[in-house]
Amino acid sequence: MAEFRLPKNSQVTDGVSHKAAAGARDVKTFKIYRWSPDDDAQPRIDSFEIDLDDCGPMVLDALIKIKNETDSSLTFRRSCREGICGSCSMNIDGTNTLACLKSIRDVKGDVKIYPLPHMPVVKDLVPDLSNAYRQLTSIEPWLKADTAAPDGEERRQSPAEREQLDGLWECVLCFSCSTACPSYWWNSDEYLGPAVLLQAYRWISDSRDEQKRERLDALDDSFGLYRCHTIMNCAKTCPKGLNPGKAIAGIKSEMAQR
Amino acid sequence: MAKPRPLSPHLQVYRPQLTSVMSIMHRASGAVLATGSLLLTIWLAALAAGADIFGSVAALLQHPLGQFVLFGYSLALVYHGFNGIRHLAWDLRLGLEVKQVYQSGYLVLVLTALVTGALWLAVL
Repeated sequence: MAEFRLPKNSQVTDGVSHKAAAGARDVKTFKIYRWSPDDDAQPRIDSFEIDLDDCGPMVLDALIKIKNETDSSLTFRRSCREGICGSCSMNIDGTNTLACLKSIRDVKGDVKIYPLPHMPVVKDLVPDLSNAYRQLTSIEPWLKADTAAPDGEERRQSPAEREQLDGLWECVLCFSCSTACPSYWWNSDEYLGPAVLLQAYRWISDSRDEQKRERLDALDDSFGLYRCHTIMNCAKTCPKGLNPGKAIAGIKSEMAQR
Repeated sequence: MAKPRPLSPHLQVYRPQLTSVMSIMHRASGAVLATGSLLLTIWLAALAAGADIFGSVAALLQHPLGQFVLFGYSLALVYHGFNGIRHLAWDLRLGLEVKQVYQSGYLVLVLTALVTGALWLAVL
C-alpha cells in the first residue's frame, strides 16, 4: 500500500538563512533541502540569498557559488555542466530536471531545490540510486547476438534501422523521469520505472539484437512493466526531451502483438 | 552505525500537473463508478420490489443530497468514459507526444463539462 506521508525521520524542518552581501541588487532566494548522516538532525530547508548579478545563469551555477562562497558542506552531484552526464538531476521548482540545464530566470519566486523525489537520501541533494542501477542491470542493457557478424567484422544497420533508436539512445540516465512517476514512488521495489523501461525498449528496438523475444519474456509480468498507467509525468519532466511513456507504450504493444 | 537514510519528499513537493492530476482523477472516478453501481443495484432491486419501496428510494434520490450523489456519479461516468477513450488511444500508441497529451487532456475536461451539463439540463 502506498504511503503518502513522509516517515517521521524524513519530515522537513526549517533551517538556516544566509543573507546576500550588502549592496546586492538582483537577489534571488534559494531554498535547499539539507540532510547530513553525521549528526542527529532532521532534514531541513536552508535558504541562501544569491546576487544574480554575480552568478552564472543556471541553477547549477548558483549551487556551485553557494558551495564555494557560503557553505562548503552543501553536497550535490555534478560533472559536465552541460546536460550530457546526467549527474545533477534534482527536483527544482516542483519538477525534476538537470540543474545545469535549468535557467534560474525560468523560476518564478524562490528557487526550491530537493533531491530526486521518494528516494533514500545519502546527503543533501544526493539520492541513493542503487536500486535504479540494479534495475537497469536487470534488463541487460547490451547488444546480445549469438550469430557471428555477417561480414565477420561488424553488424551493419540501414539508416532506417538506426532511426528506430532515435529518442532512445540520448537518455543520460539521470532518473528524473522515474522519480517523477507516482507509480514508481509507490512500487519502486518491483516496477522498473520509465528510465529503465526506455532502456529496455532501446535494446528491443535494435535491429542488431537477436534476443528480442527473451527480452520481452523477461518484462512480461504485471509489476515490472504494467505498473505504468500512462500518467506521463516522465515525458513531461525529461530534461532531454525524451518520451519514456511512449517507449513503454511501444513495449506494451510488442507484448500484445506477439 | 549511521542513522537510517530519510526518504526525500515526493507528493509534498512535486508540482501537480495535468498529467498526474487527470490520472488520479481517472482512478478516483473509477472508484466512484464502482461504488455507484451499488446505487444502481439498489434502484433496480427497489424497482423489482414494488411501488412502495421504489417510491421511497425515488424520494431519496429526489432529495438534494440524493441529487448531489447522482450528479457526482454522472460526472464520474462521463469523465471516466472520455478519459478511457484517451487511454485506449495511448494503448494504440496514438497521441503520446507531450503536446498531444495536453491537448487531449483539455479536450476531455471540456467534453466532460459540456456533456455532464447537457445531461442535467435534459433531466431538469
